[in-house]
Amino acid sequence: MMDLQIVSQISSFLAALVLLTAFGMLVQKRVYGLIHLFAWQGLFLSLNTAVVGFVANKHHLYISSVLTLSLKVVLLPYILHVLINRLKIRKEVETVVNIPMTMMIGIALVIFSYHLTAPIRQLSTLITRSTLAVALATVMLGLLMMITRRHAVTQIIGFLALENGLFFAATSATYGMPLVVELGVALDVLIAAFIFGIFFFHIHTTFDTLDVEQMAKLKEEN
Amino acid sequence: MMDPLNLAGSAIILLLGTAALALFLGRKQRLLLVAGFVLSAVASLSATIAGVRVVGWSTTSQAIMSIGLPDLPFHLRLDPLAGFFITVVGILSFVVSIYSIGYVREISKQRPIGRLVIFYALFLAGMFMVIIADDALFFLVSWELMAAASYFLVLFEDERVENRRAAFLYMVVAHVGALAILLSFGVMSGLATGFEGFHGYTFDAMRQAEFPAVWATAAFLLAFFGFAAKAGVIPLHVWLPEAHPVAPSNISALMSGVMLKTAIYGIVRVTFDLIGVFPWWWGSIVLVFGLISAVMGVLYALMQHDLKRLLAYHSVENIGIILIGIGLSMIFRSFDFPLLSSLALIAGLYHTLNHAIFKGLLFMGAGAVLHASHERNMEEMGGLIHFMPWTAALFLVGSVSIAGLPPFNGFVSEWLTFQAFLLSPSLPSPLMKLLIPLGAALLALTAALAAACFVKAFGVTFLGHWRGHHQPHVQEVDWFMRSGMIMAALLCLALGVLPTVIIDWMDTVPEQLVGSRIGTTAGAFGWMWLTPVAPARASYSGPLVFLVTLSVIVIAYLLLHVRSGSITRVPLWDCGFEKVTPRMQYTATAFAMPIRRIFGFFFHIREQVKMNPQAPHRTVPGRMQYTLRIRDRFWGWLYRPLVDASFWLSRRVGRLQQGRIQAYLIYSFVTIIVLLLFLR
Repeated sequence: MMDLQIVSQISSFLAALVLLTAFGMLVQKRVYGLIHLFAWQGLFLSLNTAVVGFVANKHHLYISSVLTLSLKVVLLPYILHVLINRLKIRKEVETVVNIPMTMMIGIALVIFSYHLTAPIRQLSTLITRSTLAVALATVMLGLLMMITRRHAVTQIIGFLALENGLFFAATSATYGMPLVVELGVALDVLIAAFIFGIFFFHIHTTFDTLDVEQMAKLKEEN
Repeated sequence: MMDPLNLAGSAIILLLGTAALALFLGRKQRLLLVAGFVLSAVASLSATIAGVRVVGWSTTSQAIMSIGLPDLPFHLRLDPLAGFFITVVGILSFVVSIYSIGYVREISKQRPIGRLVIFYALFLAGMFMVIIADDALFFLVSWELMAAASYFLVLFEDERVENRRAAFLYMVVAHVGALAILLSFGVMSGLATGFEGFHGYTFDAMRQAEFPAVWATAAFLLAFFGFAAKAGVIPLHVWLPEAHPVAPSNISALMSGVMLKTAIYGIVRVTFDLIGVFPWWWGSIVLVFGLISAVMGVLYALMQHDLKRLLAYHSVENIGIILIGIGLSMIFRSFDFPLLSSLALIAGLYHTLNHAIFKGLLFMGAGAVLHASHERNMEEMGGLIHFMPWTAALFLVGSVSIAGLPPFNGFVSEWLTFQAFLLSPSLPSPLMKLLIPLGAALLALTAALAAACFVKAFGVTFLGHWRGHHQPHVQEVDWFMRSGMIMAALLCLALGVLPTVIIDWMDTVPEQLVGSRIGTTAGAFGWMWLTPVAPARASYSGPLVFLVTLSVIVIAYLLLHVRSGSITRVPLWDCGFEKVTPRMQYTATAFAMPIRRIFGFFFHIREQVKMNPQAPHRTVPGRMQYTLRIRDRFWGWLYRPLVDASFWLSRRVGRLQQGRIQAYLIYSFVTIIVLLLFLR
């Protein structure tokens, strides 16, 4: 039996890595880099889930971990890769707000998350309680990424990162959701990815670009 | 014999079944036509029988249906009040269903009628369900069924813009009204259980509850607003003159004749039955709105040249007269004059029944005219009595009834309303002392103007010569339509000649609601004489007046027609002007002109005379053009600002819609942050 203290530290370390990749995604300008970072985030998440499963003696978390690994580390990055190759997206990702500004907002969000989860940390007895703030921060950073980027593919990656954060929050707050729910969520994410893929094609053929700014044309004139 | 509630219930099921059957008969239009309307007629007749028996026996039966929401079943109840309204709806629906066989057959030559039959049956079912509902949930479900079905019926000829516009307006007003009714029931059901359970939604719970004065007033005002929107009380009447002209005429007859009456039913049910105890000024609100609707309705009606629009405004007027009776009854009841209260209630309800019959008859007549001449503008018609004598005679019966002339039914109920005014003792309120005589005077004015209006409507449409440019190919309508109208006309006569019998029958309604009946006084001199309170004060004998009128007509006819040569036809004196054309006849505009001048400030009038500039010389004018536009002032006063305000507001809100995904994401992001910050 490994020392609980050490396990907790490993979990915190993995959480820190997840947060780091989230910030990395905020800064990363190239699409390929983004996908790699997303895959790394998935890997850390999956490892963390396995560690939590081991320490809490919840075996269904292993299944979640494997699911995460196969979906978010292998399958989704692969699908995105294929999409980008097909659609021949080469140029760098444009941002709405400049990178340092985004970083500042991100840091503020992390502090906000810690402030927000402080009461929960005092009440909870789970060893993963300290990672809850990181999970919340990951959700917010994912949303922030969706807001600050103009490219449809980056927005999807932001969305998937947000989903990672939710999954992380579930693991750290309650040792994961029931397996049925997690299976459902995993399936949802997969299907969402397919639907996004189809939408990419449609947006691309309609607007000849994946820049979502173009969609402002759909608005009613007034 | 079936229990009346079961009978009414089976009528509703039959109607719903008819609607379902009509779904499958889309291919066989003739079968659909006959089956749909015959089944509707049968259902209406059985509902009528149920209603007549409930009122006659003064029984009350209740039932709980296990359908509805879980734990909130539907409650049904058939008491004399409901029975009376079931009778009103049933009688007219029966007559109109017969009429529809002929009327819709003409429509079916041009377009498929499946939709019409389905929504017709659903509409009737909705009206019956509203009346037998005994809880707020079932009431509102039925109310909405009725509103939705009638919306689709108004929209039946949906290829024309004005029909879609009218239907939309109707839907908006109906929904605003339904919302108010919902809130009113919400207040009452909440208070009935102290906002602790859902079981206050039954009418029984509301009846037993005692409401605090403020909340009761709120519930009443909301309910009155909601039902007034449906009834077309001024200033909520704007949908009526739009929706009635564009709906098929059998539907107009039903909507005007009985659908408006469900709103009257709602007002009576909520005030007298559910709330029960109320201050006198509620009654004066109803009375004042009734008076305004009556006078303004008839004035607007006088200005109309579209026959069905004219009738629609008359519905506003007659709803006003009904509300006058109901308002008086409420006032008398809160001052504790049970006898007078029941007299006024009888007057209002009698007028409800009468209006259903004669307005149904008039709309059927207008439908016959419309269908025969393909013309809605009275100024283009004329002389139709030569082509369609039956329709003309029957329309005349309806006109005499609505104008309130003996021996027909309109007279009896208006006379009863007058009696309620005239017999009223001095009430202990200075406002009432002013309002009662003023109300009587306004009612008299209304009756006189209504008579003038129907002199115009009948005279311009049926008398004289055809005014249109093309000679018409007008034929009398078929026997189905004729028999529907004949039945309605006979009912008008019967209700006018035998008021004592009818009042004896419906006396159980005020007994249920006010606790007093007038039957003993109304029929004290036998069935011949109607004496509402005391023979020294006032009495009226329908049969006698009828016999005298009939004998005068017969004698006049004999004097004129028996001796040959008493009538000679000679050429018209043309004032020395040689070319007299039908276009030179007295027009409807000209007829209404004096009243337009006197009451001009009520209308938004734009009158223009334009000379054609291409005249050869000033002394010889060319063509002149006269245009007259009369509009409802309420549109400009009340509705235009409302419409503008809602457009302005929606444009403001529309700015939120940036069209950029980032903006939308920021909205949710900021919302989440704010919620987390303040509500954690």
